[in-house]
Formats: sequence, structure tokens, C-alpha cells
Amino acid sequence: MDAQQYGEEAGLKNMSNFSNIDLSLFAKRKRANKIGLTLSMSAMVIGMIFLLWILGVLFFKGFAALDISLFTQSTPAPGSEGGGLANAILGSLMIVASCTFISTPIGVLAGLYLSEYGDRSKVASITRFVTDIMLSAPSIVIGLFVYALVVAQVRHFSGWAGTPALTLIAVPVVVRTTENMLRLVPGSLREAAYALGTPKWKVAFKISLRAAQSGVMTGILLALARVSGETAPLLFTALNNQFFSTNMNAPMANLPVVIFQFAMSPYDNWVDLAWGGALLITIAVLGFNILARVVFREKVQG
Amino acid sequence: MNETTSQNAQTPVKNAIEVRNLNFFYGSFQGLQDINLDIEEGKVTAFIGPSGCGKSTLLRTLNRMYSLYPGQRAEGEINFYGQNILTPDQDVNLLRSRIGMVFQKPTPFPMSIYENIAFGVRLYEKLSRSEMDERVEWALNKAALWNEAKDKLNQSGLSLSGGQQQRLCIARGVAVKPSVMLLDEPTSALDPISTGKIEELINELKHEYTIAIVTHNMQQAARVSDYTAYMYLGSLIEYGKTDEIFIKPKRKETEDYITGRFG
Repeated sequence: MDAQQYGEEAGLKNMSNFSNIDLSLFAKRKRANKIGLTLSMSAMVIGMIFLLWILGVLFFKGFAALDISLFTQSTPAPGSEGGGLANAILGSLMIVASCTFISTPIGVLAGLYLSEYGDRSKVASITRFVTDIMLSAPSIVIGLFVYALVVAQVRHFSGWAGTPALTLIAVPVVVRTTENMLRLVPGSLREAAYALGTPKWKVAFKISLRAAQSGVMTGILLALARVSGETAPLLFTALNNQFFSTNMNAPMANLPVVIFQFAMSPYDNWVDLAWGGALLITIAVLGFNILARVVFREKVQG
Repeated sequence: MNETTSQNAQTPVKNAIEVRNLNFFYGSFQGLQDINLDIEEGKVTAFIGPSGCGKSTLLRTLNRMYSLYPGQRAEGEINFYGQNILTPDQDVNLLRSRIGMVFQKPTPFPMSIYENIAFGVRLYEKLSRSEMDERVEWALNKAALWNEAKDKLNQSGLSLSGGQQQRLCIARGVAVKPSVMLLDEPTSALDPISTGKIEELINELKHEYTIAIVTHNMQQAARVSDYTAYMYLGSLIEYGKTDEIFIKPKRKETEDYITGRFG
């Protein structure tokens, strides 16, 4: 360190032989650099402290609650001992899975339209605008909307009502990432396909989409990560179910709502379960994000 | 139909493509001005000229590639075996299956080597598995790639080297059995050895296909082509037998460009 500093000073002295270099200006630039670096480092440290704090508390309390009965038993009745989250885990999986099955084709097709067909048309720019609004729509509004549209009509909460609520959140994410990934596909690849006499729809589906497939997968995974932690839309739609149930047409337990209700309850075992559930969701979201990064490493082929 | 062109003095030649009074516009900018030329069947025709002279633009009108982009339009006539392809009722996909194209940068599709070739064939032909295998082998042989690729037909086309990828693109174009191949600076992204292979290939292919090639490399034009067209600022300055153009150009501008005094 000292040697390096010495070297820098010596270098500076040598340089000062050139009359056009203003040393005070040089020193000022170095000072500005140091201040800037300190500010950005401290901003990062503050951010990291909170992130690690959250993760620390979560892991500490979550792992304490983690045991096999978490996965085998259903949520306990008020006042009873023990219990697990089996029904909530299964409910979350079913609702998120059905949301994926619906939002993937819709989102990918819409993204394909925006990039390959609509491009600069009026319909496309309106779609893009609406999608961007939907991306930042408060999830509680979406929950209320589906409540009014589905739950209030059929007069009961259900897993099926939770699905469209999550789908409305997932679709914009998939649409925008799909479009952006397709835009990374070089135009020369499309031209090469057209030059063989390929009709437009085949170029879109078999060449562009195929070239962008890992990017599109990334978008789907990010959407999954986003919806798997959503609470508000499910509170209004799937609600909760104390018992183990695979009936999508009835109220359904799910992790976010269980955490929401249990964390605020007076029972110690419920609070523990809430921490366990929170840990599970965090690990799932983290897993989706890491998977998305791994898949995206391939980026766009061609 | 084959009236007066300087090339067909002795025997009547058959023209694959006849361009008549062609004007081309990028929006309001005129990219080509009143082009007239014939591309003879079974020969190699080279287009040379400085950057932006319209040689690629001309090539891209021959398979109506420009139709992909709104705002680009062509006026005049391009007769492909007597049929004007600039009419709105011309099916461009069908046309492009008859007039293939290879681009400057290799563009293998993100699929296996085998599928890269089968993709184009499947668009217009129904072949059995064994017939398709034969066609793939035939096309790869035509592009002098079979020996290098036969053991990895199921690997991605992107796993090949740049020169191999370009030959794969040529194989892909040849596989659909077009009658004309358009090559748009096919070797400008390649090293000299790969370039040499592609040039050999052009010499092989011209026995069965009519070839039009755009090149920045005048030696390449001299080596591979039978006819050469020199273009400048969207106009066709001189067109004739390659030997004549390179040894005894009629126009001063052509001579300046070929001798390196300009461009």
C-alpha cells in the first residue's frame, strides 16, 4: 500500500514537469472521486445492513420453527398445540401453478405481438402503456377488482378466484420481459428466415421466440417470484382454509394469507408457523430469482 | 424478350432476371436510379462499388426483401423468367423460396445443424424422414460442410465456427433448391481461408444456380464472377463481362474505382 502511494506521488512529481498540468485541479478531482466513492459505499452498506438484518431475523426465527410437521400437518385450530403448514403450502403451489398455466401463454403471446407484429402501431403502444400501468398497479386494487368480479358474483371465496388475481399481476411482467427479450434477437436472423420464404407467423414462433427462449423463461420465473409472495390479492379471493383441501372451488389456504393471520395472533405456535412460512416463501422467491439468473446467462442465441 | 445487351453477341442466352427501369425509394430518399440489367442464367454476376452505392439495395429488391419494411418501395420491373415480381399480387414467400439469399453475417437458426437445413425444406416440401436425411446430406455436401458436420448434425448450428456457420447458411439456402442465389457480402465477416472455401463453393454452385453476389472486395469479384456491375450513387455505371470490366473498362469512373484511385 505504501509502495503504491509512493509510486503515485513519484509519478505525480514526474508528471508535474509538464507545464500544462494544473496540480490543484488534479488534487480536486481526486478529492471529488474520494467523496463520491465514500457516499456510494455508505449507501451500499446501509442497504446491506437492512437486508442482512431482515434475512438474519427471518432465518433465526424461521429455522427455529422448521421441522417435519411443518410439511405434514395442517394449520392448527385456535388453542391447539403444534400443527404445520401443509395445507397452505399445497394451496400456494396449486394457485401459483394455475396462475402460471394461464399467464404464460397470454403473456408470451402478447409479448410476441408487441415485438413481432404490432411494433410501432397504435394498438401496440396503447398495450405497452396499459401493461406498464398494470406492472405498478397496487396489488390490493387488483384483489378488490377480482373480489368484485368473481367472489361477489359466485358468493364464496375460492382457489379459482385467487388464480385470476395473481394472473393479473403476472401477465404484465411476462409481457414486458418477453417483448424486451425478443427485441434482442437480431433483425438479421429474422431476415435470414424470411429469405427462405418463411411465412411471418413461422418466423415469429419458430425463429424469434426460439432464439429468445431463455430470456422468456427468465420473465416467467421472475413473474413467479413476484406472485408467490403476494398477499393482498389472495386475501380478497382465496382467503384461507384451516383444513387440508385440494378443492380449487372452495376457500383455499395459502402461505401469504396464513402468515398474515398467524403473525398477528396471540398463540405462540401460530406465530412460529408464520415465521416458518415466511422463511419458505423467501427461499422460494430467492430460488426463482437465482434460477432466472442461471437461465438468463444464455441470454439470446443467434 | 432478350433484345439488346452487349453480352449476348454469339449465342442467345437465357436470362434468369431482367431488371427494367428500376427506381427504389427509402421513404423520400431515392436509393436506386433507373437500373437496367440482365442476370444470365447459370452465371455469377458481381456487384461492386463504394459503400452506399446501392448494390445491396439492388440485391434486396431481387427477392423483395425490402417489402418487410414499410416505407421502402420499388418502381419499374424485375422480370424473373419473364414474370414481373414487383406486382403487388406476387407471393413474396413463394418468390423467396425460388430466389435464396445469404447475408453478410452468418445467421444460423438457434437449432441443430440438421434442423437448420430441414427448416427451409419443410416449408414447401413434404419429405419422408429418409428423403430429408438425404436432402440434408446433399445440401451439406454442396456447401462443402458434410465432412466437418456429419458427426454433429444434432448439435446447435451456433457451435460451428464463423466460416462453417456461413457455409451452413449457404447449405440452408441451397437445400430448398432455388434457381437463383443472392449473396450479400458473404465473406466480409470471414478469415481468408474461410473466404477461399466460399469462393470455391461459388464456382461449384454456378453450374446449377444463377448467382448474384455483392462484394467490397474487387479481387473477389474478379476471381468468382462472369459479369460485373459497377454502381455508384444509386446508378449502374458500367455492366459487362468481368474480364472486360477489369481489363478494359469503358468508363473512366469504373477505371478509377478498379485501379484504386477512388473509393
